[in-house]
Amino acid sequence: MRRLLYLLPFLLFIGVGVAFYMGFQRDPRDIPSALIDKPVPSFTLPPLPGRPEGLSAAGLKGDVTLVNVFASWCIPCKAEHPVITRLAREQGVTVRAINHKDKAEDALAWLARNGDPYASIGADLDGRVSIDWGVYGVPETFLVDRQGRIRFKHVGPLTPQVVEEQILPMVQHLRTQG
Amino acid sequence: MIPELGHYALVLALFVALVQAGPPLVGAATRNTAWMNVAGPAAIAQMLLVLIAYAALTWAHVVSDFSVQNVVQNSHSLKPMLYKVSGVWGNHEGSMILWIVMLTAFGAAVAVFGRNLPPTLKARVLAVQGLIGIGFLLFILATSNPFIRVIPPPLDGNDLNPLLQDPGLAFHPPFLYAGYVGFSMAFSFAVAALIEGRVDPAWARWVRPWTLAAWSTLTMGIAMGSWWAYYELGWGGWWYWDPVENASFMPWLAGTALLHSAIVVEKRDALKSWTILLAIVTFSLSLMGTFLVRSGILTSVHAFAVDPARGAFILVLLAIATGGSLLLYSLRAPAMKAGGLFAPVSREGALVLNNLLLSTATATVFIGTLYPLFLDVLKLGKVSVGPPFFNSTFIPVAIPMVVAMVVGPFLSWKRADLGAALTRLWAAGIAVVVAVAVAAYLTAGGGPLLALVGIALGAWAFVGALVEFAERIRLFRVPMKDSWNRAVHLPRSAWGMTIAHACVGLAIFGMTGTSAWQTESISAMKPGDTARLAGYEFRFDSVGTVPGANYRADRAVFTVTRDGSPIATLTPERRSYPVTRMTTTESAIHTTVFSDLYVALGDPTQNGTAWIVRIYHHPLVPWIWIGGVGMMLGGFVSLTDRRFRIGAPERRRAAKPAVQPAE
Amino acid sequence: MRALLLAAFLAVSALPALAVQPDEVLRDPALESRAREISKELRCLVCQNQSIDDSNAPLARDLRVLVRERLTAGDSDTGVLAYVTDRYGDYVLLRPPFKATTLLLWVGPFAILLLGGIATALFLRGRRGVAAGADTAPLSEDERRRLDALLRKDDA
Repeated sequence: MRRLLYLLPFLLFIGVGVAFYMGFQRDPRDIPSALIDKPVPSFTLPPLPGRPEGLSAAGLKGDVTLVNVFASWCIPCKAEHPVITRLAREQGVTVRAINHKDKAEDALAWLARNGDPYASIGADLDGRVSIDWGVYGVPETFLVDRQGRIRFKHVGPLTPQVVEEQILPMVQHLRTQG
Repeated sequence: MIPELGHYALVLALFVALVQAGPPLVGAATRNTAWMNVAGPAAIAQMLLVLIAYAALTWAHVVSDFSVQNVVQNSHSLKPMLYKVSGVWGNHEGSMILWIVMLTAFGAAVAVFGRNLPPTLKARVLAVQGLIGIGFLLFILATSNPFIRVIPPPLDGNDLNPLLQDPGLAFHPPFLYAGYVGFSMAFSFAVAALIEGRVDPAWARWVRPWTLAAWSTLTMGIAMGSWWAYYELGWGGWWYWDPVENASFMPWLAGTALLHSAIVVEKRDALKSWTILLAIVTFSLSLMGTFLVRSGILTSVHAFAVDPARGAFILVLLAIATGGSLLLYSLRAPAMKAGGLFAPVSREGALVLNNLLLSTATATVFIGTLYPLFLDVLKLGKVSVGPPFFNSTFIPVAIPMVVAMVVGPFLSWKRADLGAALTRLWAAGIAVVVAVAVAAYLTAGGGPLLALVGIALGAWAFVGALVEFAERIRLFRVPMKDSWNRAVHLPRSAWGMTIAHACVGLAIFGMTGTSAWQTESISAMKPGDTARLAGYEFRFDSVGTVPGANYRADRAVFTVTRDGSPIATLTPERRSYPVTRMTTTESAIHTTVFSDLYVALGDPTQNGTAWIVRIYHHPLVPWIWIGGVGMMLGGFVSLTDRRFRIGAPERRRAAKPAVQPAE
Repeated sequence: MRALLLAAFLAVSALPALAVQPDEVLRDPALESRAREISKELRCLVCQNQSIDDSNAPLARDLRVLVRERLTAGDSDTGVLAYVTDRYGDYVLLRPPFKATTLLLWVGPFAILLLGGIATALFLRGRRGVAAGADTAPLSEDERRRLDALLRKDDA
């Protein structure tokens, strides 16, 4: 019993050491969304000037939709743009966007330059709707099911790997679910 | 050529460290004097070799040798010389070299000054130091070699992070590392004692000066870091409970406990296995701090450039050093004999209470800092643990600690009378009442209740320490001349304790004052505007551009007046460093003894006509660092006690004055 | 890609944080001081380990403005915190809420103090032993009987 007491510091240290070791396999910057499996926040965003359709909570019902939060000033957004374009044009996923804290003319110029795969874009000038979505750094991407519930969130630029391994299977699954 | 010389010196140092560790351990086990005697010269040789490496790296930085990658990444030809020299340790690789310089310097000091240590203990201590040296030299050579060349060399370097180009931060790391590494001595003595299977008062007497030196420098290092944060980050915060800060605070708390428990071992031959454990834990927390800061495992505002490979390496070192020593502890410590007996109310009892509270405080910081990691690893979700948590858990432990800190020195060894001790503290009690009344009056009863508790504690600690000193020299009881004589002849360790304990009180005043009664004015000001704060007027006279060595600064001029009479001229700056494309704020501070007036220049406003100006009034804030420096001084004064000077105690005993205070 | 993002994060976090801007400050000082206190409880998500009160990141600014709007709209302090946690989860709270997964965090320090206190008390009892010397140890039953006998003899 007494000997066990002297062993206690060693055992505690083993626990801490294992935690440190396992800590390497995680990214402290990954933050989970509080909104998973919750309906999208109620919101209505106007379209970019000269465009017909904005974005609203009601508009996200009925189809499985990828909602991408982007801005023309965001460098990683440009990096993920080809991935999103392919997803929309070749893999047939409906992609809509929230244009986060941007100037309308900058956003339009950016889309003209890089292509516009989005079915519709809501302009979030002051970033308030983005806060309702729990966005903390562009780009962020959400997957919304037919009932308009948020089912998945990815922070940072989308990569082909994330699309293949997480988004496409999830889209398939949500579509068959009805 | 010179960088290669440094590289070879490091490799050679590794082999010397092997010699310092291996033969002496075998020699101590087999009582082979020749083998044991290898340790001393090896320790000195290792230090010289590491110094050569350090000098080589410094040379590369000073002459801006941009064929060395480390210089390219962290220096620039236009960087001021001070920061070329301090830039050596302002980066990961260089800081590890500085770390090992200090490690080997401590080892060499034992080799030189440890002549009267029992030969087996000395051999084992040096061997353990050698083992630590092997670990860190391997770490540097394998993952963090500062002598790598770049071919072809670029024309100029990337410059050092401008936040580090600051006198406060330039000297913060050497103090911090001296503290961290200094605790390796306590660790080596502890492991050596476990191997020997023997701990006695003599052992504690050898360990204490090293611990005291490490503790003092670590205190200074932490104080400097906090001072830097205060004036450089632009809004006067001085402690953020950030993981990196906590990483230095945990060894400090554990080291403080060690410092006190070692007294009990020295005086009363008790608490031996506990003190050994504390020595191991203190150094392990230093190692863990290194691991946390450099592995990127926790997020922090001011982490080093992180590299998982380095993190993994340090984790292995930690596992061997801490795991190994704790295993050894579990095997050998149960056999240690419990020493002297004492009543719960006694000096020993007070020091046990001190250790209980300090250990709890260490554990609190440990839990708070690592809880997010633990939870995440167990897949139980993400959590943030920030200042509000630490403030509401650490402070409740700290309060009884300070209360007891004052009473402890009044208790006699073995058995004491608590009531009598408290009676002798009547003056401190009056001081508490007066201080609280004055604070409540000056702030019109304002501020949270905790602020008044803080003021009470500060007064209790400060005056309590002075009362204890007055008692020792029998002030006002014997003629002044006799008191003076007694003071002069008091052991330096008594002086040290009084200074350090009183300065804890000063620091508490400072922390309380600025946390509770800080006021601020944040506004957009144009030249000619005046802001008013805490009874002062701050007139924004002008703003202009001034060139610096490797930066360009916007410098504003403020005239501070109080009721029309001039107080100070303050010139805060906003510096842009073109190479790193970073901006820093150089706040301007006018300090009176009782408060700081603090002005920071922010960005120009959108239309460019006005500037965002932050003005703060921080009551009592300088006392935080006066207290910190004082604690360090207390430690060093204590260190000059003749008891710690090797060989002195026995010879001089007869010459000691008649006064033999109970300490 | 990850490196790019990381670089962006680091760029934000390395800057000296000049937090609250003059145009954010509320005119009502009582409301403003409540806003400051709430801001100190909320984590700036992009800068890690800084509160939104300390950070100059754009999101921190947006949240500071949001906090002030909610307060002006008449929300209570807890109401404002709930508004933010609804969107960002408990992760934004620098003072983690007390629940099953944070039990050890909150109880841990005090449990250690308690257990340590008990261990210390037991240790001190053990140390006391003969220690304090025969002169203070309480009288044993036998001693008391003998003493009583002596005293009675004196009385008689």
